[in-house]
Amino acid sequence: MTKRNGYFLFVALATAYFYSKDGDVTSSVYATGAAFALPLALAAMVGIMCERTGIVNIGIEGTMLLSAFVAFFVSSLTKNIMIGLICAIFTGAMMGLILAVMAVAWRMDQIIAGTIINILATGLTSFLYVQGRTIPSVFQAIEVPVLSKIPFFGPVLFIHGPLTFFGIFIILALYVAIYHTSWGLRSRAVGEHPSSADTAGVSVVRLRYINVTIAGAIGALAGSYLSLELVGSFERGFTAGKGFTALALMIFGRWNPLGALGAALFFGLAQAYSNQLMIDQVVNIPTQFTAILPYVMTIVVLTISAGKVRPPAAEGQPYEKGQA
Amino acid sequence: MSQIKAAPKEISRPPKSFDVGSWLVPIIAVLVAMTLAAILIKLQGSNPITAYKSLFKTAFGSAAGIGATLGKSTPLVLSGLAVAVGLRAGLFNIGAQGQLLSGALAAAWAGVSFHGLPGFIHIPIALIIGAFFGSIVAGISGYLKAYRGVHEVITTIMLNSIVMGVADYLASHPLREPDQFLTRTSEIQPSAKMPVYAHLPLGFFIAVALAAVIWWILGRTTSGFRIETVGRNRHAAWYAGISVKRTVISAMLASGAIAGLGGAVETLGITYRYAPAFNLGLGFDGITIALLGRVHPLGIIPGAILIGGMRAGAANMQFDSGVAPELVDLLMALILLLVTAPLITRFFKGNSNKAMTSGWGN
Amino acid sequence: MMSALLEVTGVTKRYPGVVANDNVSLTVNAGEVVALLGENGAGKSTLLKAVFGLIKPDSGEIKIGGTPIVFGDTAGVISRGVGMVHQHFQLVPVMTVAENLILGAEPKRGIFINKKAAYDEIIALSKRYGLEVDPDAVIEDLPVGMQQRVEILKALRKDVKLLILDEPTAVLTPQEIDELLIVIRNLAKSGVGIVLITHKLHEVMAVADRVVVLRGGKLVGTTSPKETDEAGLAQMMVGRSVVLQVNRTEAKRGGVVLEVKGLEVRDDRKIMSVKGVDLQLHKGEILGVAGVEGNGQRELVEAICGMRHREAGEVLINGVATKDMHPHAVHEAGISHIPEDREKHGLVANYTIADNLVLNQFDQEPFAKGWIRDLNEIAKNAIATVEKFDIRTPSAFNTAGSLSGGNKQKVVVARELSEELPVLVAAQPTRGVDVGSIEFIHNQLISARDKGAAVLLVSAELDEILSLSDRIAVMSDGKIVAIVESKDADRNYIGRLMAGLKE
Repeated sequence: MTKRNGYFLFVALATAYFYSKDGDVTSSVYATGAAFALPLALAAMVGIMCERTGIVNIGIEGTMLLSAFVAFFVSSLTKNIMIGLICAIFTGAMMGLILAVMAVAWRMDQIIAGTIINILATGLTSFLYVQGRTIPSVFQAIEVPVLSKIPFFGPVLFIHGPLTFFGIFIILALYVAIYHTSWGLRSRAVGEHPSSADTAGVSVVRLRYINVTIAGAIGALAGSYLSLELVGSFERGFTAGKGFTALALMIFGRWNPLGALGAALFFGLAQAYSNQLMIDQVVNIPTQFTAILPYVMTIVVLTISAGKVRPPAAEGQPYEKGQA
Repeated sequence: MSQIKAAPKEISRPPKSFDVGSWLVPIIAVLVAMTLAAILIKLQGSNPITAYKSLFKTAFGSAAGIGATLGKSTPLVLSGLAVAVGLRAGLFNIGAQGQLLSGALAAAWAGVSFHGLPGFIHIPIALIIGAFFGSIVAGISGYLKAYRGVHEVITTIMLNSIVMGVADYLASHPLREPDQFLTRTSEIQPSAKMPVYAHLPLGFFIAVALAAVIWWILGRTTSGFRIETVGRNRHAAWYAGISVKRTVISAMLASGAIAGLGGAVETLGITYRYAPAFNLGLGFDGITIALLGRVHPLGIIPGAILIGGMRAGAANMQFDSGVAPELVDLLMALILLLVTAPLITRFFKGNSNKAMTSGWGN
Repeated sequence: MMSALLEVTGVTKRYPGVVANDNVSLTVNAGEVVALLGENGAGKSTLLKAVFGLIKPDSGEIKIGGTPIVFGDTAGVISRGVGMVHQHFQLVPVMTVAENLILGAEPKRGIFINKKAAYDEIIALSKRYGLEVDPDAVIEDLPVGMQQRVEILKALRKDVKLLILDEPTAVLTPQEIDELLIVIRNLAKSGVGIVLITHKLHEVMAVADRVVVLRGGKLVGTTSPKETDEAGLAQMMVGRSVVLQVNRTEAKRGGVVLEVKGLEVRDDRKIMSVKGVDLQLHKGEILGVAGVEGNGQRELVEAICGMRHREAGEVLINGVATKDMHPHAVHEAGISHIPEDREKHGLVANYTIADNLVLNQFDQEPFAKGWIRDLNEIAKNAIATVEKFDIRTPSAFNTAGSLSGGNKQKVVVARELSEELPVLVAAQPTRGVDVGSIEFIHNQLISARDKGAAVLLVSAELDEILSLSDRIAVMSDGKIVAIVESKDADRNYIGRLMAGLKE
């Protein structure tokens, strides 16, 4: 029995146990867990797309924050959440492009570049924030016919908003693309050994620009999900570190979309459980401590995986043409 | 044959560290950022000239104003210094905010709890306690980086939030001011309040002195050499007999201590108590100030004074022109973006021997 | 009339301070093997990059099959049938042979890669050229000779008309080299034009139809093996009668200073690469370790110098065991080390030359008194050393990164020799170094020996080993397979040992 199978078995048994105790609550906890997990998973996808191509993206948090902001405020101004969504995605792509310019064209240290994105996002959202605005509605949950009636799995997997389904699609599509398409092969080559890709005729620079920009759009999807589907509002500091947690999940998931998804689900579930325990007053912990739980968990996740995993070999290093 | 110049005083630095041209970059960055922000202000419907005028007049236009400016600049100098020390060792200490907070709270506790001490004992003790707690927080990230290879960017940011949560809890329960609903500690003893001489806060001079000391340590001592070498090429450093692990942890401890000191000075010199949300965002400021000052301990000071002045004048600016005080945050973000493009490419050329972008999983 | 496969006319390329190519012209026809000969820094790599459109010449023209190339359009050059086998393999280590081979031109089914078609194509290709490979093998798990095969197949896959091989034999055993030369001759027979870039004279003599010699960026002559011999080629390469043997006196050998017993070391991939080595190094001698790269030499050196963990065995200096994984302690015990990777371990690029010269003594007298560094002493040392070692730089306080490869190496050598420690370990000391500096460094090694140092010289250049060593040890597959006195050494014998043959 491998470690990973052991975890699954444990989770499955625990789930079955709780379900037998109280089916409705368990279903709702898991559904909540899935909802918490989605933005994390999508944000991890951003990290994966960038790092697989060799660019370290610390600015996921800022991308999500600014996109969530744009999504919310444009929606409230235009009274149309689709327009808000589209503007947000555009914003995310722009931020990805800016990061690409800093990292590829200017050869800036990528951690600094990502930090700049974060600070810019924080600065802009703080300055432009206006209290009291509202949006007409959130993206409503869709019930998939037939499947959503399955006990337990139905509510957990098949009743979600459109952005969630779209997000899941993107995660699966990314997995297939990375390992089974030309684009995936070339991107991976660029991230592991860019000069090999270059001599094989692949444009390292162009691929990095494209991937990082698209990744930014995915980050915007994650942010928009938060403000337009999950919560329906926006505040300063709204994303609360999710962009950084996503990096930890990416590392823990070994830069594999499905691995990161699994890690995100686990994380989301843990949060949903702890919320439930709070509500049931099973444990009495001051709110501040539950609030910091995700941050502590992120550090723990990172500490466990660091040193044992192997990132894409060329990540973080600007590429010079003609290097052997 | 080689023409060898007589040894300049600063031989341990590359020759170009003091050419005036490169110091123009930060100045230009500030001016351009202000222009860009002015456009945004105009779009919002306010008058940028009024806004800036009010901002700077309050900050620098009177003795009291200058005093307030220097007071606000002090934690900025210290957090900028903290980040700079980390950067010199190749470490990205974005946790200056959390370290600063822990120092502030610890100093508040020390300021409240010790009775009957004369000022010249109470203040240093409180400051040291603040620095100590700051270094512990940073030390956690340092240890994880050195011994587990966990990149400090994430751990320091996470610790920021963790510290905020813990501090919030402490300030609303065990350490709360009695009979108050607000989340804050009691006001510190008078003996712990830092003196102000003709409007000029003592804390500022402590900060400047510390910056000079750090500059000297980095350039003239073996400890400084260790830090600089690890930051530039950790393989060569190891080979030269420098313990990279120990240097990383020492640098983080020092960095955290400086940030903690910043928080302590804020408490003992300005707010006289710990109340959350009084210095949100100061940690990120440290990065901007460090980079604006080209990661040079003394170069940080003018930038800190500028930003401190803007913060000091922000409330009045809102009053006079309606522009939100968060303008300063936006300005700083823009300055950071502008100052890093040409500058950073020269100082931090993408180089796999550096400690910075490495450590992701290795 | 068929136009030449490759026509380079009057190409010039300047970099700050140096003319890398100065009016170079070269023609290659189908079925010809043209050797491009020149020592390190002669301009071969620059010319090559220009042919591939990776850099733009300041003047001159490059035509392929009669049509000029476009700068920046590497894909275009490749599509016209030019392939290259690089010195540093352009392979992605974590990917399989198949993935590496199809990269850039993947067979597809819809939007997905057609893995079966890829597999079939690779098998067919390897059969056609007689270069067997396993498509599913991961590159980093393959031996170097096999990796090179993949590299060659990569070039051949694109129906190559002109194949350029850049120093292909650096990492091969003498036997593998012979096999490669046969492959080259066969390819030429089948109509492929070949450019062989090398500085190995006997390969040129063995396989080239024509020889083009570059020196200092200029074309100094064209000839052919029929018209000249190795000595003649050597003379064209360096412009004067090269002393192929370094003058040195008989060694005055003393007692054993460094002893290695039963050393076992793993490489970066956790594979055992030093499999039980015993060595004794005497005072006043140079022991040269010959061997093809990749047989454990790097790990041996690193373990001796305290930079790599010893799985088993001991390293003793004057009878005292040294610490594991502690380069500074080993240094203190008496070993100075000229590291193989000078950029990584030897120098800090943006420190001054002065600081680099005291890098591993920064906390010792006279360069530091306790906690405080003595900048004056460091300056004095720098000025004196730059003078003594003829380090070409405008100032002793420029950064080390501003120096050329040879001068960087001189900084490292100067530093390591300055303390006159009992043992000196020199790993690939003249790699990437210009000829003048090579001579200088060789003389420094000999004079260190004459002063009584015990010198361990590890080099992939057999000629260097033969000309400097008093005794020669041959390392193959992680073991020392023979140790001979240099006067008894026979080049062929050593070559066979290096290849793993017993006699």
